[in-house]
Amino acid sequence: MTEEPQSYSAAGEVGQVRLRRSYGERVWIALKKAPISAWFGMIVIAIYAFVAIFGPFLAPYGEAEVFAKADEPWTMFGGNPAHFFGTDQIGRDVLTRLIYGARNTIGIALVTTLLSFLIGGTLGLVAAINRSWLDQFLSRGVDVLMSIPSLIFALMLLSIFGSSIPSLVMIIAVLDSTRVFRLTRSVAANVVVMDYVEAARLRGEGIGWVMRKEILPNIMPPLVAEFGLRFSFVFLTIASLSFLGLGIQPPTADWGSMVRDGSRFIQFVAYDWTLALPSLLPAGAVALLTVAVNFVVDWFLHKTSGLRDDH
Amino acid sequence: MHPVLYTVLQRLGLGLLTLFIVSIIIFSSIALLPGDFGQQVLGQAALPETVEAFRRELGLDKPAWLRYIDWIAAVLQGDLGTSFSGRASSGADASRSVWELVAPRLSNTLFLAGFTALIAVPLSLFLGITAALKRNSIYDRSVNAVTLTTISFPEFFLAYLLIVVLAGIFPTLSNVTPDMSLGDRILKIALPALTMTLVIVAHMMRMTRAALINLLASPYIEMAQLKGASRAKVIIKHALPNAWAPIATVIAFNLAYLVVGVVVVEVVFVYPGIGQLMVDSVSSRDIPVAQACALIFAATYILLNLMADVIGIVTNPRLLHPR
Repeated sequence: MTEEPQSYSAAGEVGQVRLRRSYGERVWIALKKAPISAWFGMIVIAIYAFVAIFGPFLAPYGEAEVFAKADEPWTMFGGNPAHFFGTDQIGRDVLTRLIYGARNTIGIALVTTLLSFLIGGTLGLVAAINRSWLDQFLSRGVDVLMSIPSLIFALMLLSIFGSSIPSLVMIIAVLDSTRVFRLTRSVAANVVVMDYVEAARLRGEGIGWVMRKEILPNIMPPLVAEFGLRFSFVFLTIASLSFLGLGIQPPTADWGSMVRDGSRFIQFVAYDWTLALPSLLPAGAVALLTVAVNFVVDWFLHKTSGLRDDH
Repeated sequence: MHPVLYTVLQRLGLGLLTLFIVSIIIFSSIALLPGDFGQQVLGQAALPETVEAFRRELGLDKPAWLRYIDWIAAVLQGDLGTSFSGRASSGADASRSVWELVAPRLSNTLFLAGFTALIAVPLSLFLGITAALKRNSIYDRSVNAVTLTTISFPEFFLAYLLIVVLAGIFPTLSNVTPDMSLGDRILKIALPALTMTLVIVAHMMRMTRAALINLLASPYIEMAQLKGASRAKVIIKHALPNAWAPIATVIAFNLAYLVVGVVVVEVVFVYPGIGQLMVDSVSSRDIPVAQACALIFAATYILLNLMADVIGIVTNPRLLHPR
């Protein structure tokens, strides 16, 4: 049936009037509607990113520079004005350690999360497309790995490989990729059965092309949200391991071991609460970042999945 | 066979299989050790004969599968091996059995976890259920906001915050000894128990609330309301039978979470529990102790999850009254 050229089409008229917004404009509109908590989260993340990137220019002293007086209190509690947050147990400037710690802790967590998405995401996509013995093998393997609590598993593996940064990154990335694998596989499984994927395979595209160009763009939103959640989880795990003395090793500055070092006088807090500050400050830095990431992820999930308040 | 029995047996079999595979993974970790760790443990000065004897004691001259069978048979009889620490290069052996190290600490950890669960489970169920029933009220929103914040805090941050606030009231070191009275013990573990309660209540309350809201939105609840059943009747007769499974899952999941969270909290408060033992054994690379702790943690975790599944199956009305 041929359409009459003069016939009226409401869709056509709307289509003529509709403005084509650029990507930047759409992002800006979405941002303007974001709640305060999301804005707070984004600003905090931006500040952390800034400090992490430009750390060496912001820090007043060198990363492991030692000063004469150890365990000095904050400037506002009667300490030396040259060291705003005082000095630590061997006389290093706490503010400097905090700034370098941002770089190390966040950087390592980011690398680990990226690696875990690379492993888990790729295997998840392959399993979703392949659907054969490989899928069964990977899925059952992941089931077993997930049945061991990841902190315990990480501790056991660290006892074998020793606590160096590469082994820390590898162990946590592999353990965390099981979660990424599950999510990727389950969301990709719904996309793989679509006609356009079938069409792409029929016209002879390779599995890599189908993965990148047909499936990946369609499963991006849940993966991005998961990236935020995984990042804060990995970040917490690394901070906890460093706090236990098994993560990032000195003299590299990081927040987890700063909390540990700062806790030497914790039993005297009942008499002078400022003694808790050396561990509360880096612990608070960790907490603030995870809260910020959670706020942003929360908002992003609501936006992309149309979730209501009831979950 | 009755479908409930069949499903339960199937689930138990799967759980045993998982335990078996996990034990293989934990066992094979020792085979992944780089180089000759006999030399490492005994020190550079050890005589070749001493190292050889140590290797034979660990069974390193036998094939791996034979070693696994020996190991798992010993573990099943309660023999977890001998600790690496206390060995000297001279061949003098002052090491203690792993069970001797683990046993008193295991009971300490179980005491702490049990005490926490005793407070946290009723509290979070109450908060979760009331928040779900009074959905979107100010009460619901404030409980939600507080729990979202405590969820994102690392355990050690919460612990130090509590220390700053409550240091004058409760002791900040939880160095319990076996000859303490129950009251003293509870006072000593007040702060670690409170820290874990805060973390776990947040998780459990949110999960209970989500599960209940999901349930209350289902058509048969709406039907019961429309036919004029009272509010109490709707909840007790219609909602509750289907709510047992999700609630059991939530509780077991969080008890399993408690098992892991205990590691960090024990270190903060210097509590002599199994989590701290594991951390110490990992940093001194005392593999038999680390293996034993990992096995205990993993087995508890798997068994708790298994229990949740079984409770979910046993209370499922669809399986109990098959058509």
